[in-house]
Amino acid sequence: MAEPRSIDIKEQPGFRSIAIICLLVLYVPVLILMIFSLNSGSLVTHWEGVTLGWYGSALRNEEFHNAARNTLIISISATIISTVCATLAAIGMTRVKPWRGLAAAFMVINLPLMVPEIITAVATLSFFALIAGTFGLNFGIGNLILAHTVFCIPFAYMPIRARLEDMDLTLEYAAADLYATPWNAFRRITLPLLVPGIMSGAALAFIVSFDDFTITQLVAGPGQTTLPLYIWNQIRRPMTPEINAISTILLLVSILFVSVSFLIARRRAK
Amino acid sequence: MTTATLTPTMPSKAALFEAQAVKAGARRNRLLSLPALIIIGIFGVLPLLIICVYSFLVAAPYGGVQWQFSTDAYLNFLFQRDIFDDTLQFTPDFLIIYLRSFLFAVVTTIICLLLGFPTAYFMATRPPAQRNWWVLLITIPFWSNLLVRTLAIMFIIRDEGLINNALLALGVIDKPITMLYTNFAIQLGLLYAFLPFMVLPLYSSLEKLDFRLIEAAYDLYATRRQVLWRVIIPLSKPGIIAGCLLVFIPALGAYVTPLILGGGVHLMIGDLIAQQFGSGRNWPLGCAQALILMAAVLVALFFYVRNTSGKVQHG
Amino acid sequence: MGIAFKKRVAAPQLPSRSAYGDNRTGTHLPPRAGSLNGVIVPEQPGKNAIEVRGVRKVFGTGENQVAALDTVSVSIRENEFFTLLGPSGCGKTTLLRLIAGFDFPSAGEILLHGQDIAPLPPFKRPVNTVFQNYALFPHMTVAQNIGFGLEMLGKPKGEIEARVAQMLKLVKMEALKARRTSQISGGQQQRVALARALAPQPKVLLLDEPLSALDYKLRKEMQIELKRLQHETGITFIFVTHDQEEALTMSDRIAVMSAGKILQVGTPRDIYDRPAERFVADFIGETNFLAGTVMSKKPGMATVKFASNATIAAGYPEGFDPTGEVTLVVRPEHADLVPDPAKGTIAGTLSNIVYFGTDTHYHVRLDGGENFIVRHQNSRSSPATYETGAKVGIQFEEDAARVLKD
Repeated sequence: MAEPRSIDIKEQPGFRSIAIICLLVLYVPVLILMIFSLNSGSLVTHWEGVTLGWYGSALRNEEFHNAARNTLIISISATIISTVCATLAAIGMTRVKPWRGLAAAFMVINLPLMVPEIITAVATLSFFALIAGTFGLNFGIGNLILAHTVFCIPFAYMPIRARLEDMDLTLEYAAADLYATPWNAFRRITLPLLVPGIMSGAALAFIVSFDDFTITQLVAGPGQTTLPLYIWNQIRRPMTPEINAISTILLLVSILFVSVSFLIARRRAK
Repeated sequence: MTTATLTPTMPSKAALFEAQAVKAGARRNRLLSLPALIIIGIFGVLPLLIICVYSFLVAAPYGGVQWQFSTDAYLNFLFQRDIFDDTLQFTPDFLIIYLRSFLFAVVTTIICLLLGFPTAYFMATRPPAQRNWWVLLITIPFWSNLLVRTLAIMFIIRDEGLINNALLALGVIDKPITMLYTNFAIQLGLLYAFLPFMVLPLYSSLEKLDFRLIEAAYDLYATRRQVLWRVIIPLSKPGIIAGCLLVFIPALGAYVTPLILGGGVHLMIGDLIAQQFGSGRNWPLGCAQALILMAAVLVALFFYVRNTSGKVQHG
Repeated sequence: MGIAFKKRVAAPQLPSRSAYGDNRTGTHLPPRAGSLNGVIVPEQPGKNAIEVRGVRKVFGTGENQVAALDTVSVSIRENEFFTLLGPSGCGKTTLLRLIAGFDFPSAGEILLHGQDIAPLPPFKRPVNTVFQNYALFPHMTVAQNIGFGLEMLGKPKGEIEARVAQMLKLVKMEALKARRTSQISGGQQQRVALARALAPQPKVLLLDEPLSALDYKLRKEMQIELKRLQHETGITFIFVTHDQEEALTMSDRIAVMSAGKILQVGTPRDIYDRPAERFVADFIGETNFLAGTVMSKKPGMATVKFASNATIAAGYPEGFDPTGEVTLVVRPEHADLVPDPAKGTIAGTLSNIVYFGTDTHYHVRLDGGENFIVRHQNSRSSPATYETGAKVGIQFEEDAARVLKD
């Protein structure tokens, strides 16, 4: 006599296999790419042995240095500007009485998320070409910083706003009740509680700027090569595992920042 | 509370104070959103207006525009002007690329949904500690460099890539199967790129699912399949719609994936637009093509919005 | 412990209620910048701590206007434990928020010791609040929370430390002072919230349903604790609750509110025994309502005839002139069953007997068709002798019945 089998009511047949397949599909290609960065052979597809030499040659590479420097200048500047703007905007759009135009302001902030990147790219290119042609204005690498700031703002804005909305408003009332002026209440209560949201937003802004290819490729002027552009230039030549090494570095930076942002968000949930 | 008829009274000192203080405070706080709005306004919205203008101008020979009104960019989308007799000939080349991109985006959305829904559901039914790991594992590719991820696919499917090498070594085939620079490569790349974009919104709506409803459905004699189709899927509709939008829109405007995996042979809209600003040297045409893509995206958004509001009333 | 605190507050270096009196130099708002950091120093303390005069609060505009408070006036005396009691949405929390300064009245004045505080922002009012969800700052320790108000007032560090220590002792939380507020239990959070609000020695302490999140036993404990704290500190407490039992047991006086109006203000006994309106009688405790006709009346007393032709003398509130068809209210414990229907003032059939442990409720279906409940305290010597379906009479105690306006 078989014991009556207890069923887990949540299970659906086959779903576990599909989930595992999805995970493998997402990770196997990237892992292979990372593994081949350790290949001692000079082909990106034939495994010969283990070496860290390609990382060494990448790190000694002058072009790589330039690309890395440009990338860091652009993404750190864009992160700082966009996070400051996003924090101010999040406060200005949650800690106010609803005003006419609030919905429109919210749409403007989120616009860069709704427009396909290629359109933003050609539009930004046209814009900078126009002001260069008409006014002779060219901010150099500032063009890229500004272009990146635009699409970083909504990414930084989202977690900050979420945090502000989650925050118990009575805490701010309590501070006022205990003689804190509006500025003191902000400095001592709102801001400290907002820090995780700001950090999470800054991490996301940094990733999207650091990884951006499409907009950078179209807007970048000569000598403004970033790491993704550098990789793109390498693809069109005979490839060595050095490109795997550089790609791996990029991936590790993304993973680091995603994890940081994720852990901050999870700690908030607790 | 009463909704008593309110006789007009003189506002008290306090009310006057409130009117002043609250309004001043609110106005001051409103100003905080200005820096973000100004930056996006100048460097995000204004450029979009500029390409609207550019699309009605004439191309300059070495890129850029000449300030001369013309609707040629839009005519060029469907017609080609005959060099000799100046008549318009219907040329569907661009239209075909748009339709192909649309097809790619639809197929990508459908397959991502078929794979993503079970994955998201499986994640949502894990114990909380495991769930967090799953979410992190899906979140990492979501934010990882798309160029590098596309490169990873390229390494696998090229003629000397892992798949062909393995099949050759096993003796299944005697010469490599050409996968790179084909429609198949682009489709695979799109799926790979956008799968996490489907899973995450689905997960966040399934995570909120009240599993007592499933118990109730079983209690009322529903089978596993009926529970899925009659309870779980209808309840996760907002997530399904959000996920489909998040996949469809970027897939339609994809640029990097076809650039690397299509090899410039099999174009999608994104590459077509970029080409006009590069080798094509026809900025007005590029702007017109971008705006037509934008219109398609807006139609998709509109369709989904109307669809969702209708469904909500129905349910 | 309680006595120790009393001595301490009497000591000159840590003055309690005299503090504001000593600092007061007859200045009006805004006060001189000084030890109180811009918080107003009230004028000559009168008998009333808070006076609410004709306050209206309207939310929304145009068609959607809703009056949360409809011209409310009430005086709250010094050192009083005053309760605002009413169902949710009656405006009690709105009134509290107006006194605290989180909202501003649409019309009317709020006086603190004779001075209009309505235009002052919350951080300039010597009034502190204990919030319903406590609103403890999660990124600070217990001690930092308690010291926050004093810190914002710009008190010297030494004084803050001394006061925090004193407050920790007062609420018996010394052992947990370095804990984060997320690491302590609900009851402990409640104590910290109290200590935090009391630390700046407010003239008035506002408590917004502070006990509603606690379980029954803890709530009972905290009720006693709150009474003790009020007694020891001598601060005026304004307590908001929807729990009539809590209001009756703790308050010196109660204001019963409904639909944005104050219906009655009085001691718990006043409110319970001499409700001014039908709503008050209905909201507080259980009540029987009977229809009758006024036959004759003299000041404060009317003779009312029931459908059964029985008559009874019933009191009525001041300023009310009962005539014709009226409603009588009778508390269930102010009536008694008699086995012989003819001996009761009214008669009926026993329809249900409900046992409550301490007492028993007898549900009687009156001959006129109305339902009436008689509450009988249980004791071992008087076992229940009635059975469902029996014909019974109901006798009223003297002064049991009152005529109320509907």
